[in-house]
Amino acid sequence: MTVAVAAPAAPNPTPSPSTLLRLSGVNTYYGRIHALQGIDIEVKQDEIVTLIGSNGAGKTTTLKTISGLLHPREGTVEFDGKDVTHTAAHELVKEGIAHAPEGRRIFSRLSVRENMLMGGFTRSASERAEDLERGLTLFPRLRERLDQKGGSLSGGEQQMLAIARALMSRPRLLLLDEPSLGLSPILVQQIFQLITEIKRQGVTILLVEQNALQALAVADRGYVLQTGKVILADTAAGLAANPDVRRAYLGEI
Amino acid sequence: MTAATPSVARPRMRMIPWRAPVAVVAALVISYLVIANAAGAQAQEQFINALTIGALYALIALGYTMVYGIIELINFAHGEIFMCGSFVAWWLITTMGFTGTIHDLPILVIVLVVVFLVSMLVMGVVGVIIERFAYRRLRNAPRLAPLITAIGVSFILQNLVFVGISNSIVKVPQLIPFDLLQIGPLAIREINLFVIVFAVALMIALQLFITRTRLGTAMRSTAMDREAAQLMGVNINSTIAITFFIGSALAGAAGVVQTQYLGNTVFNIGFQSGLKAFTAAVLGGIGNTTGAAVGGFVIGFLEVTSSVYGIGRWSEAIVFGALVVVLIFRPNGILGQQLADRA
Ligand SMILES: Nc1ncnc2c1ncn2[C@@H]1O[C@H](COP(=O)(O)OP(=O)(O)OP(=O)(O)O)[C@@H](O)[C@H]1O
Ligand SMILES: [Mg+2]
Repeated sequence: MTVAVAAPAAPNPTPSPSTLLRLSGVNTYYGRIHALQGIDIEVKQDEIVTLIGSNGAGKTTTLKTISGLLHPREGTVEFDGKDVTHTAAHELVKEGIAHAPEGRRIFSRLSVRENMLMGGFTRSASERAEDLERGLTLFPRLRERLDQKGGSLSGGEQQMLAIARALMSRPRLLLLDEPSLGLSPILVQQIFQLITEIKRQGVTILLVEQNALQALAVADRGYVLQTGKVILADTAAGLAANPDVRRAYLGEI
Repeated sequence: MTAATPSVARPRMRMIPWRAPVAVVAALVISYLVIANAAGAQAQEQFINALTIGALYALIALGYTMVYGIIELINFAHGEIFMCGSFVAWWLITTMGFTGTIHDLPILVIVLVVVFLVSMLVMGVVGVIIERFAYRRLRNAPRLAPLITAIGVSFILQNLVFVGISNSIVKVPQLIPFDLLQIGPLAIREINLFVIVFAVALMIALQLFITRTRLGTAMRSTAMDREAAQLMGVNINSTIAITFFIGSALAGAAGVVQTQYLGNTVFNIGFQSGLKAFTAAVLGGIGNTTGAAVGGFVIGFLEVTSSVYGIGRWSEAIVFGALVVVLIFRPNGILGQQLADRA
């Protein structure tokens, strides 16, 4: 599972004015473990960008560093032109970053409705009511389960809820960490359709996936992570055609 | 107990509305009969006494359970918050110059409002300060560190009162009349009626706050999954502070009740009552607020019953024995533990 190290070629070298998120030289640690080793990532308005990489590459750590659950020791995170490197996670929700974390993290003893409303915690009661309705239109399955406990949902339903809940804060940037993990092929299809639909509604998406083939199919651009470094950056089509990527992440020999 | 229930039956998630009230009424009737069996003519008075003591323990137990629910810390200093609350009440009452029962209802109401409000506010703030300076930094430390810190805070508070106020029992003027009221068939003293109604009202208000409000839901979310709650926009530092405030304020209220019902307090009362209230929280299912209230009343009942049966000296053994027995059959307490289970 190694990919020839290539210089991270930024597809767009001059910083474009529509850059929504930029990580520059980000180094994040867990105590002494150096998990992210100088990450540079850029996400532009209305893009779907995907992060691919094998287990332990640092994908989840990257998302947590963006959403403020972790803070880098070196480097900066800029969101919408603002330095948010040291901004707390709960503040970033108000700024417009929503993070549907790895493992869904549904509040198991809250009802589906309460989970959804928690997603809109930073918003007013009337906005929450409105967005709940909007969310249930996008995820009709959840409407039938509204008063059920989150913990009693199936894995697929929980993933739908995790995404719907994240959308309740009306984010400008949605971070999705392995939304298709553990789902049946039909549900995986549904999730990827939803991702495209969410993008169409004007939400920029940073998508972490093990399912690289599917992720590259919906994404505009992608980054390949390996042991805490970006080893490749290209358009989705470019990555999908790259023989190293195909061998390492798309299961080709 | 021969009812053969399938051992794998999972507790029902959805509460059938009639079950809880029926269980409460049944428990009350059985407790009354058990007390009446030995108390004879004093049955009613002792039964009401059990409810009053139970309400006191329940108020303290709520703080243990709320704090445990949100940061999984057994806050050993919580009993001391209750003790300090009783001293705030003592100080206020004696400073205002009251020496005994107030028979003028409007004045009594005003004085009680002041005493409860001040004691609850002061202890709420003390709880927040303790969390901020003693526990917050240890939030991600190994569990033993905050636990030992809590014991340390408990010693500090106890010794402050011991050295600064009194090293022996302090008498506190009881402001509320002990006159008997006749409500239908029920003869109840004004003080008991007040304590029971006030405590139950506080518990209902707490329950409504936790289950119905945005902030209450944020509290429950933080208890379930702190990181996920942050991702929803919840400021967990302030949520945890609010939890300490409410729990400590309830202990402050319990401190006032202590002085008004029992007429005294002492620097080490927080240890004795705190331990029993903690037992109540575990008995009911730690982390579960309804469970803490139920546990409080169970302990009040056990204590009064053992004294009615002439084995009052054994009351502590009976209380902790009951804890052991309950935990053998229901390891998560009567109403079940609500630990942070992840979806
Ligand atoms: N809480 C933690 N404490 C210490 N090290 C951690 C922690 N979480 C992750 N790591 C380490 O950081 C590195 C990156 O982990 P990360 O979870 O970001 O990988 P990932 O790309 O998301 O992997 P996966 O595909 O398995 O989810 C790994 O080496 C991992 O062991
Ligand atoms: Mg991961």
